[in-house]
Amino acid sequence: MIRVVLPAHLRTLAKVSSGEVTVDVVDRPTIGSVLDAIETQYPVLQGAIRDHGTLKRRPFVRFFVCQEDWSHEPYDKPLPKEVLSGKEPFLVIGAIAGGL
Amino acid sequence: MSGVRLLVGTRKGAFILTSDGKREKWDVAGPHFAGWEIYHMKGSPADPNRIYVSQTSGWFGQQVQRSDDGGKTFEPVGNKFLYDGPTGTHQWYDGTPHPWDFKRVWHFEPGLTDPDTVFAGVEDAAMFRTTDGGKTWNELPGLRNHATGNRWQPGAGGLGLHTILIDPTNPNRMYIAISAAGAFRTDDGGETWKPINKGLKSEYIPDPDAEIGHCVHRIALHRSRPDTVYMQKHWDVMRTDNAGDQWREVSGNLPTDFGFVIDVHAHEPETVYVVPIKSDREHYPIDGKLQVWRSRTGGNEWECLTNGLPQANCFVDVLRDSMCVDSLDDCGIYFGTTGGQVFCSPDGGDSWKAIVDHLPSVLSVEVQTLP
Repeated sequence: MIRVVLPAHLRTLAKVSSGEVTVDVVDRPTIGSVLDAIETQYPVLQGAIRDHGTLKRRPFVRFFVCQEDWSHEPYDKPLPKEVLSGKEPFLVIGAIAGGL
Repeated sequence: MSGVRLLVGTRKGAFILTSDGKREKWDVAGPHFAGWEIYHMKGSPADPNRIYVSQTSGWFGQQVQRSDDGGKTFEPVGNKFLYDGPTGTHQWYDGTPHPWDFKRVWHFEPGLTDPDTVFAGVEDAAMFRTTDGGKTWNELPGLRNHATGNRWQPGAGGLGLHTILIDPTNPNRMYIAISAAGAFRTDDGGETWKPINKGLKSEYIPDPDAEIGHCVHRIALHRSRPDTVYMQKHWDVMRTDNAGDQWREVSGNLPTDFGFVIDVHAHEPETVYVVPIKSDREHYPIDGKLQVWRSRTGGNEWECLTNGLPQANCFVDVLRDSMCVDSLDDCGIYFGTTGGQVFCSPDGGDSWKAIVDHLPSVLSVEVQTLP
């Protein structure tokens, strides 16, 4: 069971009221398998975190793990034991950026 | 008693404004989808309770919301807009080839008879269609694959397909407009397309007969005369009477012929409305006075309408999808501004009143005339 923190807009889309959700990942949890699990559990988030066609991370979405920016890490990078044990969440963050 | 429902898309959410046929008192509901850009909302002419919403975000991409109860509740539907086949390139601002890349839906045009059929105009410019109420979307690739497609260049706001008009007498005929490729027409339901830009003059294009490259801001037609189409181009107000095969300028006595919106009275096919904007360098009304100009002669002769509109210190813009007309006996005219006002004229433009004053910047306004 992986703890996942989603940004507010995605929580609204997914109709989850708590600040955190959990997803099940079989086999070896990686960035990619956690994203797969999120999108399977909440199909409305398909295309909102990563692009539909290319599956590339959307430019203003970031991933943080154990206080570190994992946004540029490969999808097949295994998550650390702190995330696997539930001690730390996998964070999906809407980048702090400008805009209208 | 009949009434109207205004669907207002803003930079920070959607608002639904309802009134009875007098259009004096309004109920305001919203924001729906708070914090998201709502490029466009439109109801089905076949089922007014069916409404489609383009919900977008620079962070989280495109969502499509659908209501089956007139905007009381919404449910997300399909948001997968994948180009059909190899995407190739269009021209970037500097003239270099640039890969086609989906960004957002600018405009939904529901089918005339089937609430499950909707056409979507998107950026980078292409047309998509759903026939299952928005669950799945498929491109009509004949438009993007037109022989001129690799020469289309984005306007300042992007390479957006922003207007879709369906001929009410022949649904196989549609007109669309793309900034800044120009206007196109299909006569076979969207399989093949023809540029219809003959007669348009754009200062920045050296070739006076350029087939594409014109910055068309908006086109509009009256349902009784689908071969007559009016156009607000970047500069110039234009008219065609042969379905776009030839355009002529009808700017006439307008104080400036720059602007974004244009629309036609519901019952008078020669009565046309525009909101003149000072220039492409200054996107606000001349002298800070917000004016709608009306022609009752199909263009060329225009009258200034100001009754009830701010006539001092008004420096807002009126964006291309932000004007509409209802079909009540006394035709109502509506437009929204980047300052967050939505104005209503219940008497064809003679007098105006702000329904709301302080919404987020308005991106689109559509009206449904309810039985």
